[in-house]
Amino acid sequence: MSKDLDRLLKCFELASRIRSVEENIVKEYANNQMRCPVHLSIGQEIVSAVVGLNQRIQDTAVSSHRAHAHYLAKGGDLYKMIAEIYGKVTGCCKGRGGSMHLIDLEVGFLGSSAIVGNSIPIGVGAGFTHKLNNSDALSFVFLGDGAIEEGSFYESVNFSAVQNLPIVYICENNLYSVYTGLNMRQPATRNIYEMVGALGVNAVKIETADVVNCLNLTTEVINQARLEKKPIFIEYDTYRWLEHCGPNDDDSLGYRPAGELSKWKSEDPISKLENILVSSYGVSSSSIKEIQNKISEEVSLAFNQAKKDEFPTLEQSVTDVYAR
Amino acid sequence: MLDKKNSTTDFAQQIKEGLDEVLASDPSTLIMGLGVTDPKGVFGTTLGLSEKYGPNRVIETPTSENAITGIGVGLAITGYRPIMVHQRLDFFLLAMDQLVNSAAKWHYMFGGQQSVPITIRLITGRGWGQGPTHSQNLHSWFTHIPGLKVVMPSLASDVKSLLIASIKDPNPVIFIEDRWCHVQKIDRSSIVDNSGVEIGKAEVIEHGEDLTIVAAGFSTVQSIRAVKLLRKFKINIDLVDLKTLKPLDTNTIFSSVRKTGKLLVVDSGSEISSFASEIISLVCRSNFHSLKSSPEIITAPDIPEPTSHGVTDKFKFNSKDIAIKVLEMLGKDANNFDLTELVDSQYDVPNSSFTGPF
Repeated sequence: MSKDLDRLLKCFELASRIRSVEENIVKEYANNQMRCPVHLSIGQEIVSAVVGLNQRIQDTAVSSHRAHAHYLAKGGDLYKMIAEIYGKVTGCCKGRGGSMHLIDLEVGFLGSSAIVGNSIPIGVGAGFTHKLNNSDALSFVFLGDGAIEEGSFYESVNFSAVQNLPIVYICENNLYSVYTGLNMRQPATRNIYEMVGALGVNAVKIETADVVNCLNLTTEVINQARLEKKPIFIEYDTYRWLEHCGPNDDDSLGYRPAGELSKWKSEDPISKLENILVSSYGVSSSSIKEIQNKISEEVSLAFNQAKKDEFPTLEQSVTDVYAR
Repeated sequence: MLDKKNSTTDFAQQIKEGLDEVLASDPSTLIMGLGVTDPKGVFGTTLGLSEKYGPNRVIETPTSENAITGIGVGLAITGYRPIMVHQRLDFFLLAMDQLVNSAAKWHYMFGGQQSVPITIRLITGRGWGQGPTHSQNLHSWFTHIPGLKVVMPSLASDVKSLLIASIKDPNPVIFIEDRWCHVQKIDRSSIVDNSGVEIGKAEVIEHGEDLTIVAAGFSTVQSIRAVKLLRKFKINIDLVDLKTLKPLDTNTIFSSVRKTGKLLVVDSGSEISSFASEIISLVCRSNFHSLKSSPEIITAPDIPEPTSHGVTDKFKFNSKDIAIKVLEMLGKDANNFDLTELVDSQYDVPNSSFTGPF
């Protein structure tokens, strides 16, 4: 198998797995057993996949409220995430955090946080640790276009530039903060990545439309950050297919321009990648099906086990206020 | 750098010596803040440390209170022990997200997997026209947040020990220093041995049977003065210096109240939802029958503090106000007592050598 094909297959598998998990959450949410806010990444998975392929185990990552994809792409334990969303004691936070607070220290996923912009400086602190430890690790900070509007973002980028910290900012620009379009929040003539570049951090925009190119450019940029041990900012154009929070399609609300959602869906990076694998690399449709079946099986197992698990008791929920 | 031959020292110097001690003994400790490397060294409390330990241990920061606090959390969960400082508490209000949503909750929220050992030094201003946004005493806010510890030292003799105990604690600790405590001079022989000091322990620093005063920070300093004068009038006060507001040492408070039956809480914060009110509530709920009279509080008024030194004396209580309140609570006419020695010629400076500017 060529190296290219191997990478593209892994990328396809990563993105498909994330989508499968999210689609299962959509299915299960209606049963009212996942009783916490969920912010799904359906439509945006490719970003996590191309970044995930370039993350090493010693790298750390932090993320925001929409973190399922980032957690899974970093290697976060699927079952513990699902159990967490069900509020079970076996969840990655013992049922204290829910969907918006994910953690898996074994793979360097330090945490995700519900307050927009909140985890950015925490990721910068982790990057500071990598620098002080003379480590080769990178600190990945996942954020969206909304977080760009927070003071903590500006403060963090500034500090990482002053201190030259090994941080990779991954900005998923999905055009919306809740229901408010980017054009109502930021000036139309200003590109996010250009603004960040002006703050003194190397910043690029990578288009997701050409999936193969997206993966290759991402690899190039992250390799450069690893080599230079300097902060880097990558803006990806992407699109959230479902509502801001919850499992539903919300196109009927009318806050998106007519045809915008269907256009993005017709450009689905996962379908595109599948087509490329089949038509350009000769991957058989049965091999694709095999990958998808393997994913379905794993996801079903995780959901079934999580559903059976126990809720935390009161006694289990009042510990750990302080570390000892 | 540290002049240990001198027989006297002060509160600010004790802080610096504490920082020096932990930097020397624990390589995971870092100092971060705006001004920690500047020529004034945060009122002298960090002077010389950057030269001694270098820029990776004593880290100058941009004016970015919120992100810097979050960066401290990020360092703390990945193995470092940052000691952060803000020259005025009021500026730290910009960091409430990182303090409340990150530092305080991280350990609990993520199932006890990562602790956040950071110490955040906040200095409160007092006098010399500090005004509405440089003199706020908001310690009660921090006590309202589960997961935080709040230390409020009052004495030069144990501030160093309390600071070291705060830094060694595996949790986020808010360490509140009143600017006027900084100039408190003591003889080195009165310095408390580090090893005996714990967070969460109050101390009865003056003993008496007639009434209990509970105080912390500069309120303790003011109370000591009142208590010493009242003793000359054969009025004996139990003075509880809290040192830590959270976790609160209720046992020491309760046993003093059970002894005296009378309680006055002196609190530099404003009246409504004050920490003084919390102590009154705790005592009433658990020791109501020990009380011989209604407990009282002395606090700042529920009004922002103006700047003009022509009027600020009306906004700050002093040792005389404390003495008068004690006498009232004991059914005595304060006019019959000479309290003039409790009044300073200049009320808006800690001593005659203090000339601001902040």
